[in-house]
Amino acid sequence: MTTEKPNLDYIKELAGGDSSFEQKFLDIVKNEFPVEKKEYLDCLNRRDNNATAEIVHKLKHKLNILGLHDGYRLAVGYEEELKCGDYKLKDDFLSVLNVIDNYILTI
Amino acid sequence: MNCIIVDDETTARAIVSKLCSDTQDMNVLEEFSSAIDAIKFLNKQSVDVVFLDIHMPTFTGFDFVETLKESPKIVLVTSDKELATQAFEYENIVDYLVKPITQERFNKSVVKITNALNNQTIINSAENNKPAKQNNELFINIDHRLIKLKFDEILLIKALGDYINIKTEKEDYKVHTTLKKIKEKLPQNTFIQTHRSYIINFTKIIDIEDNSVLIAKNVVPISRSSRPELMQHLNLLK
Repeated sequence: MTTEKPNLDYIKELAGGDSSFEQKFLDIVKNEFPVEKKEYLDCLNRRDNNATAEIVHKLKHKLNILGLHDGYRLAVGYEEELKCGDYKLKDDFLSVLNVIDNYILTI
Repeated sequence: MNCIIVDDETTARAIVSKLCSDTQDMNVLEEFSSAIDAIKFLNKQSVDVVFLDIHMPTFTGFDFVETLKESPKIVLVTSDKELATQAFEYENIVDYLVKPITQERFNKSVVKITNALNNQTIINSAENNKPAKQNNELFINIDHRLIKLKFDEILLIKALGDYINIKTEKEDYKVHTTLKKIKEKLPQNTFIQTHRSYIINFTKIIDIEDNSVLIAKNVVPISRSSRPELMQHLNLLK
């Protein structure tokens, strides 16, 4: 179970006080994340190794943006393992996704 | 400087676009989620710089670079640190940004772009935007390691979606690339594509039937269109 907490440090630094950019960016994350998470779970249920690795690749970028660096490192390893059909990190990865799920409800 | 951004991730495009907008003289002409659409755009209009993601579905950043007839300067924007080695094989790639990009790192990239546009060589590469050619061997990237394969060890290569499977006499290697890309690296006097999913080392052929060829214990299909070319390469006793 992850103890790392998401944050908006990177987004705020990038925005540099530009609140319209910050809001636009957060809207993208809030809109895309649930869709990508669902796509991930669908691929996982199908045990489609390559498709699951692809969507993990996409999701890992959002982990980085939200300051989840341990989660990002986990995703990097998971993506590689998925390409070989190894799903042993799926529970750890899902717990990271659930943390983001809860977090985006608060922003 | 005029630029375009090519990345299938909306967040990644938004980040690069913001960094460009905060940079003097960096003008974003268009953003593309598809590399194909970006190529169509570049066929009509020239730009100074392309900020390019490597890892995109169906058509990768490297496919993009190799497809362009007259390539502008390219800055790769990716989360795949391990692909940097491959990036340095292309002379038009002037920098390699790892996500998430900071303003400070982006500023350094802008300096590199400016220098490159002023004809200062930033990255040494092989001739004319083509990957460096090897004489008798090929290096493949497996789990962050570059493994040397001698051409005469390779039996055949099979396409597997976004990957290829290289079969050698000792081992099989799964590599994230396309058949088209590896074909460009292989000597034409030894390797031939017998089917859209197969390239074979024809010196390893044991026998040929109507529509298949036997290499070691592998039966490889021969398409009707590639059969004449294959036959030309054989020292055939008539």
